[in-house]
Amino acid sequence: MAQLNPPAKIYDVCIIGSGAGGGTAAKVLTEGGLNVVMLEAGPALNPDKDFKEHVWPYELPHRGAGIGGRARHDFTGEFLAPNGFWEIDGEPYTVAPGSSFRWFRSRIEGGRTNHWGRIALRFGPADFKARSTDGMGDDWPITYEELAPYYDKVESFVGVFGTKENVPNAPDGVFQPPPKPRCTETIVKKACDKLNITCIPSRLAILTQPLNGRPACHYCAQCGRGCMTASNFSSSQVMIPPAQATGRFTLIPNAMAREIVIGKDGKAEAVYYIDKTTQSENRVRARAFVVAASACESARLLLNSRSSGFSSGLANSSGVVGRYLTDSVGSNLAGYFPQLEKVPAHNHDGVGGMHLYMPWWKFGEKNDFLRGYHIEFGGGRGMPGVGEFGGVCAEYEGYGVSLKQKCRSSYGTVIGFSGRGEMIPNENSYCDIDPNVVDKWGIPVLRFHWEWGENELKMAQHMQDTFRSIIETAGGTVLSRHRDSNEGQINEGKMRVDPAQAKRSSISEGGAIIHELGTVRMGDNPKISALNRNCQAHDVKNLFVADAAPFVTNPDKNPTLTIMALSWKTSEYLLDQAKKGEI
Amino acid sequence: MSVNSISRRNILKSLSMGAVAGSVLRVIPLEAAEFAHSLVAAEKADAKAGAYTPKFFPPQQYKTLQLLCGTIFPADADSGGAVEAGAPEFIDLLTRENPEYQLKLGGGLMWLDATCVDRYGKVYLDCSSRQQKEMLDRIAYRKNAVSEASLSQGVEFFSFLRDLTADGFFTSKIGIEYLGYIGNTFLTDFPGCPPVPGV
Repeated sequence: MAQLNPPAKIYDVCIIGSGAGGGTAAKVLTEGGLNVVMLEAGPALNPDKDFKEHVWPYELPHRGAGIGGRARHDFTGEFLAPNGFWEIDGEPYTVAPGSSFRWFRSRIEGGRTNHWGRIALRFGPADFKARSTDGMGDDWPITYEELAPYYDKVESFVGVFGTKENVPNAPDGVFQPPPKPRCTETIVKKACDKLNITCIPSRLAILTQPLNGRPACHYCAQCGRGCMTASNFSSSQVMIPPAQATGRFTLIPNAMAREIVIGKDGKAEAVYYIDKTTQSENRVRARAFVVAASACESARLLLNSRSSGFSSGLANSSGVVGRYLTDSVGSNLAGYFPQLEKVPAHNHDGVGGMHLYMPWWKFGEKNDFLRGYHIEFGGGRGMPGVGEFGGVCAEYEGYGVSLKQKCRSSYGTVIGFSGRGEMIPNENSYCDIDPNVVDKWGIPVLRFHWEWGENELKMAQHMQDTFRSIIETAGGTVLSRHRDSNEGQINEGKMRVDPAQAKRSSISEGGAIIHELGTVRMGDNPKISALNRNCQAHDVKNLFVADAAPFVTNPDKNPTLTIMALSWKTSEYLLDQAKKGEI
Repeated sequence: MSVNSISRRNILKSLSMGAVAGSVLRVIPLEAAEFAHSLVAAEKADAKAGAYTPKFFPPQQYKTLQLLCGTIFPADADSGGAVEAGAPEFIDLLTRENPEYQLKLGGGLMWLDATCVDRYGKVYLDCSSRQQKEMLDRIAYRKNAVSEASLSQGVEFFSFLRDLTADGFFTSKIGIEYLGYIGNTFLTDFPGCPPVPGV
């Protein structure tokens, strides 16, 4: 390696990654008085240029279909807030033979929070006590009660709408009022009431009232495109600006972290990174490091940080880094609802996500499988987009005025349902370093190994049965296979099928739900965990992890809110240690 | 090096990656997308209205494409059709960028002409409207390929073109108005579902 000049500056903390976890840490640490530098592997965000909010499809030559029409087939639409990809040019990952896994990554300031679904659900008390509850998996080293004050802080600061409902193991939070239900949601709720399925206002990180200078939502349903008014939560627009306002924050964009190096005292001393704009090696020094690069990317960085004291990777004396990888169990089904044909044209947009959802309604009952799932659903008269009428065309075929009219009468009559369930970690689902492949920056890449367990397959089947009964109880019919090939997954408020899911049973492909986590897990026992109860490495005192990698379980609640609450807690601990001179 | 030439290289790179990845193309370099947009926008600004120069299809094939798009979603009393909606331009643009579409549509149009020559002694454009209708009625339905296996490639082609025409039509201003979509605006309050019997 080329000799580098020693960098003059030593920061208090270096944060790697600018998403939900990194952004929260940046806010808390800088406001606590520390000097923070943040490395982001992509460019700085420019909402004016990067966000496609309020653009009509016909204002783009590709009409939202993307170059060569590829967005007709996949989640990465042309309208999506930028730099989220299933594949990144020059930055591959590999999948072990016999496994199937997809890894969605963002390379931009704010990471995946620029376009995420804004679903902000607290984990429940039982989610932290998995092994004590049913004997599978492990308990977290912390309890819900310990994290609850940080959920309060996060919700109060970012703004989450919802209602107090006292649903078992789905704790209420600090909520703004929810938006009124759409017609599609009214129909589904009536059916759920008949079936005794709990259906309540959803909990999304979108403002329905102004907060800290951010205006309330203007109901254009385009959260996935990024929000010009910052009325929904993104790290780039909500967490990083207050950090910048302290004058103690430095963002280094286009900086791909390669390795964390250890000093003679056994503490992390510097991180080497590649400046993507110049392809040059650089180094930044700090007194403490917060790794928040996303669960698998964080594991990759640690595994690639090998030294004489850490031959199997930094903070990995336990060997657990990369293990315990989970994603949410996903399954979709869509239905046609004839009563929606009679609904007059009206503004159905709402927020960029569901206004109602179904939390797990059978908690504590004896079920065919362990743990549970929640249901997301959407559909109706959204902004028309590419792929929207493929199903109608396949079902009715033909051509001419009659087909045109059929498309019009079918418009907005489909509601799709998506289950999101808990996966129990297993031995065969993990990531490690591929011994033979490096990316274009020379950094060894991850190799994924994946297997769903029996419990997950049973859960996905239960989702299918539930969706079918809701659709039929509501007076709808399950879409035929032809139609379902084009509809069924929520994408920008519209329904699209997950192409990966069509391939095999009703369960999603590993990684496809983009809730991958658990790869640098926390625990009280250093033999079977990498981090302690403060998300501090057992092996390296000044090294912390603040994304979803520390999670011990992956309950049916989307991880982002818990990433932020845990990062906030970790950052306060780090601040406290810094004040005491421990770090 | 100018910004444009970098973007052009990125487009080429993204297209070659897509070909490797197979039918599901997963890479969208944003700078490449922006460059393509600016290219077409600039060209449209230069050209007189309606004087679009096809990028992929030869002139005769493009005429056939236009005719088919207009037949799939014609103008009627309620709105214009797929041609007025710019569906042929949209399809031409995507096809130029995607080798898989080039095979499906370029090859499909050749199949259509060859089949018309076999059957009527003329290419599709030169057939009478009755012959054209007879041809389309055969390839517009999957069940016809079951009874007459030689139609299966034509059915596949027409189904693909119909999907793309729907995309082009229903993402246009007139297509969106035809559907009656109301939204993409700023509301201070979301009113929820209007009163509808049964909903």
